[in-house]
Amino acid sequence: MAVRLKRSTRASRVGLLAGLLLLAAAATLPAWAPEGAASSWMHQFVEVACYLIFAMMWNLLAGYGGMVSIGQQAFFGFGGYVMLVLGNLAGVNPFLAVPLGALAAAVFALPVSYLAFRLQGGYFAIGTWVIAEVVRLSFANLTVVGGGSGTSLTALRGIEKATRENATYGMALACVVASIALVYVFLRSKRGLALLAIRDNEVAAESQGIDVRGMKLAVYVVAAFGCGLAGALYFLGNLRISPDAAFSVNWTAFAIFMVVIGGIGRIEGPIVGVLVFWASSRFFSDYGTWYLLGLGLLAIVVTIFFKQGLWGWLQQRHGLSLFPTQRRLDPEEPHAQH
Amino acid sequence: MLEAVSQVIVQGLLLGGLYALFALGQSLMFGVMRLTNTAQGDFIVLSAFAAISLMAILPGPAIAGAWLPFLGLALLLPVAFGFGYLLQRVVLNGTLGRDPLPSLVVTFGLSIVIQNLLLQVYSADPRSIDTAGLNTRSVELPGGLAVGVLPAIVLALAVVATAGLQLLFERTRLGRAFRAVSDDREIAEIMGLDARKVYALATATAFLLIAVAGVLQAMRTTVAPSDGPLLLLFAFEAVIIGGMGSFWGTLVGALLLGVTQQVGFRIDPGWGIWAGHIAFLGVLVVRPQGLFPKTRG
Repeated sequence: MAVRLKRSTRASRVGLLAGLLLLAAAATLPAWAPEGAASSWMHQFVEVACYLIFAMMWNLLAGYGGMVSIGQQAFFGFGGYVMLVLGNLAGVNPFLAVPLGALAAAVFALPVSYLAFRLQGGYFAIGTWVIAEVVRLSFANLTVVGGGSGTSLTALRGIEKATRENATYGMALACVVASIALVYVFLRSKRGLALLAIRDNEVAAESQGIDVRGMKLAVYVVAAFGCGLAGALYFLGNLRISPDAAFSVNWTAFAIFMVVIGGIGRIEGPIVGVLVFWASSRFFSDYGTWYLLGLGLLAIVVTIFFKQGLWGWLQQRHGLSLFPTQRRLDPEEPHAQH
Repeated sequence: MLEAVSQVIVQGLLLGGLYALFALGQSLMFGVMRLTNTAQGDFIVLSAFAAISLMAILPGPAIAGAWLPFLGLALLLPVAFGFGYLLQRVVLNGTLGRDPLPSLVVTFGLSIVIQNLLLQVYSADPRSIDTAGLNTRSVELPGGLAVGVLPAIVLALAVVATAGLQLLFERTRLGRAFRAVSDDREIAEIMGLDARKVYALATATAFLLIAVAGVLQAMRTTVAPSDGPLLLLFAFEAVIIGGMGSFWGTLVGALLLGVTQQVGFRIDPGWGIWAGHIAFLGVLVVRPQGLFPKTRG
């Protein structure tokens, strides 16, 4: 009997169409948004986009690469600072400096991995946190970028506010789409399959000829690139950077909560997580400490009782998969029996 | 010059004694069940605030003066033991396994919960336990060295706690159970041990150390709700420098960390903690298994 390799689902085709429509609507937002609201909407989108990219990278690292890091803020802040230094001190166009900042974070990940990969499991997590603290304290002692109190992105001074906002928004949108596409294509590729094998059983994967160490390093560098991109983008929109804001462990804390609540180890997870996070912060962030307390409790409850997260639960119940990465064998249409 | 150097080293060793108390509980929990408690620092801060509240209701300093906080600690210990036992049985046992993610997320979530709960109840102000002057008293040693009485007590307690844990592990039934489930949980269970209960007793023991650390931290200096993560990093660095699974190693690691930080502070106050982190990373490069490793990760 002939079988056919099936790599898409009905939900994924419908989802792609819906995604394209959403993208078209988002891309034309400056044209149709109400006069007074456009600026604030775009600003909010840039912020949510940074959270989403950052959370997606944490998901790639922990959910697919099996590396639970509490130190991804090192790359977030590094990307932000490099963007700002290139713009302010080297005269590079800040919009061009955003991908350069991400690239710098990826390069920075190489020496960091040399240290971090000496630890495993839970100690890897705290070790990466120590490294992030070292980077924070180092930048806090650098007077050229304002030391502990930080500095402003002055390179954008000459540009008109509306132009700047539109360009930042367009860039954020492009980065989100590119990040989702990158992760999706990567996970569907042969290397993505190798990564899933490593996550499920490292020893077995290695015995099948997969270069486990090289693969982990690749994922770590890609995640650093994405986190650096999110950081550079965030501080392009924010116009002001300080070590405490750039290297705050809260970036990673929120990413962990989003990914765990949305569903770890699936592309939809961080997307659902960021939407939950954004909606709940709109309603509850006035409650400050209670809001954070609730988020922490929710993450604990989800981890213990709903390991698959929100999307995993939906997927199990309804078989929904917007970004199918698995390969399924389907029998061909049944032929007439002789 | 020599005097200044020895003063810095003595101060560093005394600071390291406190760090050892931060770290021993972490070392114990990791050694027995490979659990990385990312809320270690927050539990220390939590116990410090519990002690501060307890001090407020205990009869005034007229009765016991400088020793009143130690009475408070004695009252706190059984509570901490019970709390640790229940935490492990009800919450943490369910997160153990080959995958480190569940226990990391749960303890990290606990860390956020504790920080915000303390912030809500006590506000962000730093607080301390009144020691009726004990925290400023010092004795002059020959050679012109001044040693604070309270820091010396802390260091002595750290040494006693380290020796006590080592004895507990080597000489008692409970210690044998700890080592057995650490080496091979399944075989230990076949031999009749209830691993879940042994784990709970290990966490309960760790919480005794956490309570001691919290009370002494609040007596020596101040505590604020957001202090936890930094204490966790110090504890972690001491454990890694010393080598996993060795309590004497953890003590030495903590003392080294204390001295390094003190030297850093002496050179420039902005670089003290940074110097400690760098020393930790240096050990990681040169000797990733730590100075005195015993168990394997």
